[in-house]
Amino acid sequence: MNRLRFWFLAPARLWMALLFAAPLAIVAAYSLLTRGAYGGLGAPWTLENYRRLWDPLYAAIVGRSILMAGAATAICLVLAFPLALFMTRAGPRKNLYLQLVILPFWTSFLVRTYAWQFLLRDTGLINSLLQGFGLIDGPLPLLYNYGTVLLGLVYSYLPFMVLPIYAALERMDHTLVEAAADLGARPWATLTRVLVPLSAPGLWAGSVLVFIPCLGAYLTPDLLGGGRTVLLGNLVQNQFTTARDWPFGAAVSLAVMAAVIALVVLLPRRRSGELL
Amino acid sequence: MAPVLELRNLVKHYPAHRAVDGVSLAVPRGRFYSLVGPSGCGKTTTLRLVAGFEPPTSGEVLLNGECVNHRRPYERSVSTVFQNYALFPHLTVWGNVEFGLRRRGAKDIEKRVGQALELVQLTGKEGRYPAQLSGGERQRVALARSLVLEPDVLLLDEPLAALDPNLRKQMRAELKALQRSTGATFLFVTHDQEEALSLSDQVAVMNLGRIEQSGAPEEVYLRPRTRFVAGFLGSLNWIGGIGLRPEATRLMRSAPGDGMRSARATVVESVFLGNCIQVRARLETGEEAVAELPRHNGSFASGEAVHLCWNPPDEIHFP
Repeated sequence: MNRLRFWFLAPARLWMALLFAAPLAIVAAYSLLTRGAYGGLGAPWTLENYRRLWDPLYAAIVGRSILMAGAATAICLVLAFPLALFMTRAGPRKNLYLQLVILPFWTSFLVRTYAWQFLLRDTGLINSLLQGFGLIDGPLPLLYNYGTVLLGLVYSYLPFMVLPIYAALERMDHTLVEAAADLGARPWATLTRVLVPLSAPGLWAGSVLVFIPCLGAYLTPDLLGGGRTVLLGNLVQNQFTTARDWPFGAAVSLAVMAAVIALVVLLPRRRSGELL
Repeated sequence: MAPVLELRNLVKHYPAHRAVDGVSLAVPRGRFYSLVGPSGCGKTTTLRLVAGFEPPTSGEVLLNGECVNHRRPYERSVSTVFQNYALFPHLTVWGNVEFGLRRRGAKDIEKRVGQALELVQLTGKEGRYPAQLSGGERQRVALARSLVLEPDVLLLDEPLAALDPNLRKQMRAELKALQRSTGATFLFVTHDQEEALSLSDQVAVMNLGRIEQSGAPEEVYLRPRTRFVAGFLGSLNWIGGIGLRPEATRLMRSAPGDGMRSARATVVESVFLGNCIQVRARLETGEEAVAELPRHNGSFASGEAVHLCWNPPDEIHFP
């Protein structure tokens, strides 16, 4: 029996060891080395790379990224909850709506982000239409700012918020909503006292699924923010490409990872009913 | 005294069928009123219209003489005990019972919740969650949660159906005692005729979205106005166009004396049911009748010639 278990688990173990643990160890090792004169890696071993994270320049990037990921998560929460609630009550069309939420995944993330560029750039669809109707004189600066990046993040990660909330609400007995109204709860009280507490696991799962990728997002800020926005993802990319400072890039990556793990593991999980 | 709840020609049509098709009734304050009928007869829909979960197609719901059709459930002075109890799983027993009082901004919440829990004998279980309770305890929480609000009418949607048979009998007695002691008005929906007859001050028998007959339990049982009511409330023998309850049907070996009517019959089979003996007999007309006899009447053998007799007042006639 144990032998069978060993062989069943072997492929997954091998996969994780070779493609997850080993690269991570390499990154960890890089983060402790010194940058060479021409961008290579060299001795001595040092913690200098981690110390540099506290440099106000980088601290600002960290702060901005957390703010950005937090804002994207909050907007997703506000958008996804009513949508998920609507979907659970859609009766026979439930599955159609579910498919529509998943639909964007059928095309490449990269293509979808380029599509936003097409819509928002100076000569893009929105600016062309507005100018064509004579509503504006010159193109609006719709692209390459933090607002656009936020839009892109919310757009990309909204399904990750909708699905867990939908699953949580779907499991809920709808009679509870009637019971709340029956006992005198107005719609707002039913929302805050019954619907939100009972979908708390979904709200929490969705928030984690949105916040984490947003914190390390690289493609969206790069394409929709242009060179003007610098978030953690772009900082890491820069260190490995133009700046040729692999040790520092590795240190930033690991620091973000550690922060996220700490957030997810250490944040007190309260009883679902005590959320509000 | 004006009824606390009155329904006037209440109608609820769905695209596919007429769930409630012109129901009128009046429930006096402090009474135990039952709606009884087979599944799909519209009794639960009627209850939902009273609670305000769905708007009626036409007709009126009056509470204390005032039409409440336009009022939302949270604006109506009624409260529902759901079939599955619908207790909030994230709240304790205490949290469930105080929920309605908090929403209504009531005073003396501590005291009233304590009293309600005492009433249903759940003192000491305030901190439990619904998942940690037995079926009977859950039902008591549901009752306390509604009764604590002192609603004008307590609406009960088959509250005993989810319990196992032994517990159901016990809870039936508790429910009746609770209604007596609180003086609350109960509108009770059930498909179980025995439940309806034993609990109610007044019974309304529903079929196909309409009330076929309403009245005191004895009245509807002993003087049913339609064949449906007679058949739904208990089994019935048909002898030459009149109806006769099995317990009012007697068997004798010799012709009965004056005052009783009788017909010749042959015993088909005799079954011992514990509390009585059930004998099936065939009349000379070919009709079959069942008699439920006390055990001391002795047993009858198959093929035995008997006189099937009854008292004329026990006959049930239909117009």
